[in-house]
Amino acid sequence: MIIQQLINGMILGSVYALLALGYTMVYGIIKLINFAHGDIYMLGAYFGYFFLRVLHLNFFIALILSMAICAVLGMLIEFIAYRPLRHSPRIAVLISALGVSFFLENGMSYLFGSDKRSFPQAIETTQYHFGSLQISNIQIIIITTAIVLMILLNIIVKKTKMGRAMRAVSADEEAAILMGINVNRTISFTFAIGSALAAAGGMLIGLYYNNIDPLMGMTPGIKAFVAAVLGGIGIIPGAALGGWLIGILETMTQAVGLSNYKDAIVYAILIVILLLKPTGILGKNKREKV
Amino acid sequence: MDKAHIKYTLSWATLALMIVILIVVMTMFDIIGPYGLTTIVLIGINLIAAIGLNLIIGMSGQFSLGHAGFMAIGAYATALIVTAVPTIFGFIMSLFVGAMLSGIVALIVGIPTLRLRGDYLAIATLGVSEIIRILIMNFKFTHGPAGIFAIPSFVNWPLVFGMAVLTIIVVVNLVRSPTGRAIIAVRDNEIAAESLGINTTKYKVIAFVLGAVLAALAGGLRASFIQSVSPQDFTFMQSITILIIVVLGGIGSISGTVVTAIALGILDVILQNFGSLRMVIYAVVLIVVMLFRPQGLFGRSEFSLKKMLFDSGGNHDKDHSKGA
Repeated sequence: MIIQQLINGMILGSVYALLALGYTMVYGIIKLINFAHGDIYMLGAYFGYFFLRVLHLNFFIALILSMAICAVLGMLIEFIAYRPLRHSPRIAVLISALGVSFFLENGMSYLFGSDKRSFPQAIETTQYHFGSLQISNIQIIIITTAIVLMILLNIIVKKTKMGRAMRAVSADEEAAILMGINVNRTISFTFAIGSALAAAGGMLIGLYYNNIDPLMGMTPGIKAFVAAVLGGIGIIPGAALGGWLIGILETMTQAVGLSNYKDAIVYAILIVILLLKPTGILGKNKREKV
Repeated sequence: MDKAHIKYTLSWATLALMIVILIVVMTMFDIIGPYGLTTIVLIGINLIAAIGLNLIIGMSGQFSLGHAGFMAIGAYATALIVTAVPTIFGFIMSLFVGAMLSGIVALIVGIPTLRLRGDYLAIATLGVSEIIRILIMNFKFTHGPAGIFAIPSFVNWPLVFGMAVLTIIVVVNLVRSPTGRAIIAVRDNEIAAESLGINTTKYKVIAFVLGAVLAALAGGLRASFIQSVSPQDFTFMQSITILIIVVLGGIGSISGTVVTAIALGILDVILQNFGSLRMVIYAVVLIVVMLFRPQGLFGRSEFSLKKMLFDSGGNHDKDHSKGA
């Protein structure tokens, strides 16, 4: 029973982790809580919906296309709404981010209605039983996709030139400029990667819960931010760890019958973490940030 | 108090009176119908909440995203007490209770969280506000997600107008008092303020608690005016609505808040026909204002009658008071 809940929590947590990675990378590099991140996740789900329902593409092709489009959108949002404010007070960028979030949510409600839509069942659900444990192929797809994407991200950040540039800008922007790193391009790239991961999360959750709506990104967005803070904001493995922990915690609270309070518990944990150890679980004084 | 000051104060009072007369006359000639009066009341309520938030964000420089939570406390206090004691006395008492309760919660929350900086504080206050809402949604006595209906109404436009004017007077005077100066000093440079012997946490908490009290007041007025409350009224969106007023007007400018609250109230009426497109337009306005005027429309400057009426060039004002 507990193991079953752990598995369910890991699956939900994988999606939070994908979202949290975007938050943590963006925060690491420009110190912005990108409130629009949860809405990119929503857009990812909607593009997925379009590719699956209208164009009848294969799920994984739709996933890649949706990630690519959201990557471009992420770069576009950064270019329009955040880049001109790079040297303004931080509150101005934060409010601009809120504006973008507001725009995406209400724009999608305006264009496609605010009702829930059922996400196409692109992959037939089959349940596997291992003793008393039960796991579906959808759940396996979610967790493997998430892990594969995280490994890819790690390779990009650790092994490529762009990844090194990202780490450099996040460590010291001024010094990075002096070393000849194109900061604008690096920040764009960070937004592209983060948004692609969010889009993947959105599509996976659409497949899992079978429905999507324009406000679906709000609560997961905030929870993913909590996950990023929990693991240590700016630290990539921390975001993954935080995501899984929040996912497990949420399914556990549901399992003990406190599902009405599950969001309140997440927020309470956030506040406690902020007060006791603002650098998060994996945070050290000398932080490895991206 | 010298004559010039009395004259200056009187001219503000005259301005307020003129607005009241204008509203009364316009109601008499049916230029403002019941719908117009509703708009005026809602503008006043938003104004009170926004001034409270501006005190927190603009004056003390602490970024709070939890205003809706404190409004909810005030609203539910009024809803519950007025339903039990449906008299004007019960209503006044409910506003006090709501304000006190909200102040106490802000104190408990503020002392630890105000140590956090910038974004962390924003997200912590957002968390607090959501926790308040989720608790209200799950408590029995608050009637859960459905909320409370048929709350007796004691709110009319002169009351809200009077409360808004009173709020402005209190906050403007606070800002100009030694306490207010200390709050602004903490905002401008925390380390410098601390080294001058200012207890930074204390002044941040004062601003935070007062802002929460004003939010509760606005919430209470709103509950009695709309005659219903539900947890859905106090989501993150409500905090954002108030935040937009503060930010567009200019973070730290009371007159900016007043002007934007009125302007957005009127814009709301105009955009009513646009339905959900209205929110899209708001979002675009918000982004555009941030891009071209990150400090808000008024920045930190204040609209001043003194400059307009008495300061007609050079030392006119001084000479006049000497002569008199």
